[in-house]
Amino acid sequence: MSHRFIPLTDADRAAMLQRIGVNSVSDLFADVPRDAQYPEINLPSALSELDMLRTLHDIANRNAHASEYAFFLGAGAYNHFVPATVPHLIFRSEFFTAYTPYQPEISQGTLQTIFEYQSMICDLTGLDAANASHYDAATAAAEAAVMAINSVKNGRKIIVSPTLHPHYRATMRTYLEGQKIPIVGDEDTALSLDAVLDQHLDNNTAGVLVANPDFLGNVRDLKPIADRVHAAGALFIVSTYPIALGMYQPPSAYDADIVIGEGQSLGNALGFGGPYLGIFACKEKYLRRMAGRLIGQTTDTKGRRGFVLTLQAREQHIRREKATSNICTNEALNALAACVYMATMGKQGLRQVAELCYQKAHYAAREISESRQLRELGYRVVNCDSANRFEFFNEFVVECPKSVAEINRALAKQKIIGGYDLAQEYPHLKNGMLIAVTEMNTREQIDALVNALRES
Amino acid sequence: MSIVANKPEPLLYEMSNPGTVGYSLPECDVPMTQLPSDLLRSELNLPEVGEVDVVRHFTRLSQKNYCVDLGIYPLGSCTMKYNPKVNEEAIRLAGFSQVHPMQPAETAQGAMQLMYELQEYLGAISGLPGVTLQPAAGAQGELTGVLVIRAYHLARGDTARSEILIPDSAHGTNPATSAMAGYQVVQVKSDARGNMDSEDLRAKVSNKTAGIMFTNPNTLGLFEEHVRAVNQILHDAGGLVYGDGANLNAIVGVARPGDLGFDVIHSNLHKTFSVPHGGGGPGSGPVMVRPDLAQFLPSPVVAQEGETYVFKNPAHSIGRIKSFWGNFLAIVRAYVYIRSFGKEHLQEIAQDSVLNANYLLALIRDVYDPQVPERVCKHEFVLNGTRFKKEYGVNTLDVAKRIIDYGYYPPTIYFPLIVPECLMIEPTETQSKASLDEFAAALRQIAEEARANPQLLHDAPHDTPVTRLDDVKAAREPVLRYKHL
Repeated sequence: MSHRFIPLTDADRAAMLQRIGVNSVSDLFADVPRDAQYPEINLPSALSELDMLRTLHDIANRNAHASEYAFFLGAGAYNHFVPATVPHLIFRSEFFTAYTPYQPEISQGTLQTIFEYQSMICDLTGLDAANASHYDAATAAAEAAVMAINSVKNGRKIIVSPTLHPHYRATMRTYLEGQKIPIVGDEDTALSLDAVLDQHLDNNTAGVLVANPDFLGNVRDLKPIADRVHAAGALFIVSTYPIALGMYQPPSAYDADIVIGEGQSLGNALGFGGPYLGIFACKEKYLRRMAGRLIGQTTDTKGRRGFVLTLQAREQHIRREKATSNICTNEALNALAACVYMATMGKQGLRQVAELCYQKAHYAAREISESRQLRELGYRVVNCDSANRFEFFNEFVVECPKSVAEINRALAKQKIIGGYDLAQEYPHLKNGMLIAVTEMNTREQIDALVNALRES
Repeated sequence: MSIVANKPEPLLYEMSNPGTVGYSLPECDVPMTQLPSDLLRSELNLPEVGEVDVVRHFTRLSQKNYCVDLGIYPLGSCTMKYNPKVNEEAIRLAGFSQVHPMQPAETAQGAMQLMYELQEYLGAISGLPGVTLQPAAGAQGELTGVLVIRAYHLARGDTARSEILIPDSAHGTNPATSAMAGYQVVQVKSDARGNMDSEDLRAKVSNKTAGIMFTNPNTLGLFEEHVRAVNQILHDAGGLVYGDGANLNAIVGVARPGDLGFDVIHSNLHKTFSVPHGGGGPGSGPVMVRPDLAQFLPSPVVAQEGETYVFKNPAHSIGRIKSFWGNFLAIVRAYVYIRSFGKEHLQEIAQDSVLNANYLLALIRDVYDPQVPERVCKHEFVLNGTRFKKEYGVNTLDVAKRIIDYGYYPPTIYFPLIVPECLMIEPTETQSKASLDEFAAALRQIAEEARANPQLLHDAPHDTPVTRLDDVKAAREPVLRYKHL
């Protein structure tokens, strides 16, 4: 019997072989070493569509998910509301079964949506140019580092803030290892950014990468840092959380040269970590050193507006080993999701999401911090400035009286997914738990978390 | 519908009507605090449109796209096969789509089981049992693989190897990847039969060679006839062999790269394993290696301990290659695809993709010029357009644009770089015989038009939302965003 995904019958195959002028399919594989052909491959038997779906339900049911659990976990991926427009539009066949818009005359849909995505990212970050996206924020950070090395004369190292996401720092190291470019600054994750710069910033620094909000949730005006970085001749690279930019000043306000960020929060599913999209924007003067796909506006032979892949002379299919990167695809469908999300939310919606996140997170922090019982148990909210004001967006650190893993096991029994365990990467925070709150968390859920902490 | 599709669609920004909203959110249900006024932004210039405007805008834009669900999409080396709909049902299950990558492993055992099983399947299919699912795309798989090769040499104290050999027919990602990993690229010539030139290979391999990267079948759609000899030459010189798995569709289930002497390969889940291409991504590019190289794979991989699945860091890992664990929702789709074929049917993918390509070639080979006419192709073939250019003044771009007028997406053009005026055609196994007959008839008609009425091709395409676009202008005066008035 034919397989449902292959629309050929044996009669078709016989007629086709005859037309080709060979006797059998094996004649088409005569150049493949005979003794290597048709090995025993250890796979399960084929499943019908119905049996496949039953199996998938069984597997999926073994995962705790955000429709059944209250999530207080962020650490680079966030449970935000996704309006119905997003899945309905991005799963139209014309978008998700198309490929790279090589032939612009029949790819204007993809091209114009990416142009709109690029425009919105520019507006959100305040920078001049954005590309069509990278794989995720970690790889965008690595590409930004390479770009800084290529842009700054005498630039031979990259400084990272210890409060940049640990996965981004690790990915940058992997990417730059082959080119022997050192990534420094996060050896002691307890150090402040100013102390890190005191130690490392010099004329051989190509770029300084700082997160805002940082991995521990803090937001600050980075202008003094930017001034120090620029005075040393280095590029100032900011990693951001796009939802926060619904209310906070854009990185252009503190003179960022490159902005990267994890775009997942803009309408993309949590999906156990991917696919997401890496936001990448820069000042115009660095444009031609940017990696990745860019869409530009132009005109057709009749003078009508149209969009094309552009500045391709930077890319691997033209420049081969001299390209700015080996990147070939982007995360087009995820960028489309981000675009539809921003279109649906608009400037007011994005502001409101950001404020809801802020208010709910600050409520949660206050409830934890002001509970005498929790204080006596040894819980303490860490993110405070000198005026003892909470200076974070929607994520904050709580020091706990016992291991976070242990607390999270107890929380899971009450259908709560607790915060991220900072023990490994930030050992100076005593049993640090990074708690994230979004517009998806109700007051009831937050109160339940506080109660559960009291009992755990 | 082309009346709607061909109507110019304004940018969302141009549709903006201040005060309109397309969203609704619940009221704030907690006591509020003061916002940090010194850190707030004053403006955010995003468009303001209603929900129905959003839906119509993107729906109208979608109609300006061609896609696999409309018909043959014969982009060579891209494997634009049908994307089964059951895959999409799978990824929408809340137990996959709403799972956080950092939640405790004991609450994500289903996701980890699926990853573990896909690692096993890809190991079995490739004959290379060390597997990482982390790379986000083929190009990232390449970087992972080359860094593994680098780590292997360095772990042996072999520090003098500074070169990667790459055939001249290779994808641009191969040399770009090698350069990113810190290697010099040494190009190897192809011979007249489309194989690597073995004399040139022998001349270029040395104790400086870290490895070779090549695609098999290669970008001419031809299986390397001396694959084992090539791999032996590399191994004798102490180098490793990287297989670019972009063309794995041609041999999946029929032969395993591991049995042919490859040490490392990547596989594009969005090609061979039916993950939709999404308009240019997301992809997914798992890497498979021979057992002794598994210690260098990116961290972490999924392992099984008794009944439990855990994340483990390989002993001498090259480190992380991206955030989290990989493009999980792509991984789910590939898993569904492999289980839908199972061990009974897997090889039919390769057999029928090769059958379809050879059949299509047979239908047009008297009017177009195959680059290597004497050989059977694999899943794709390359035509040389030099004669059309010389005799009719029609270049390959003209042919490609005319194909659009017939309601099809054009093949890959001007690649591989070693074939002038080339067209690279990959029909995949998901085309019926009737659809190939129709496509071939269109190609034959176009060949006739090239002879009789070349202007028709020069002016093509004729009935599309836009005609040919000015690439030079786009690059010379880049407009990469909407400019606010």
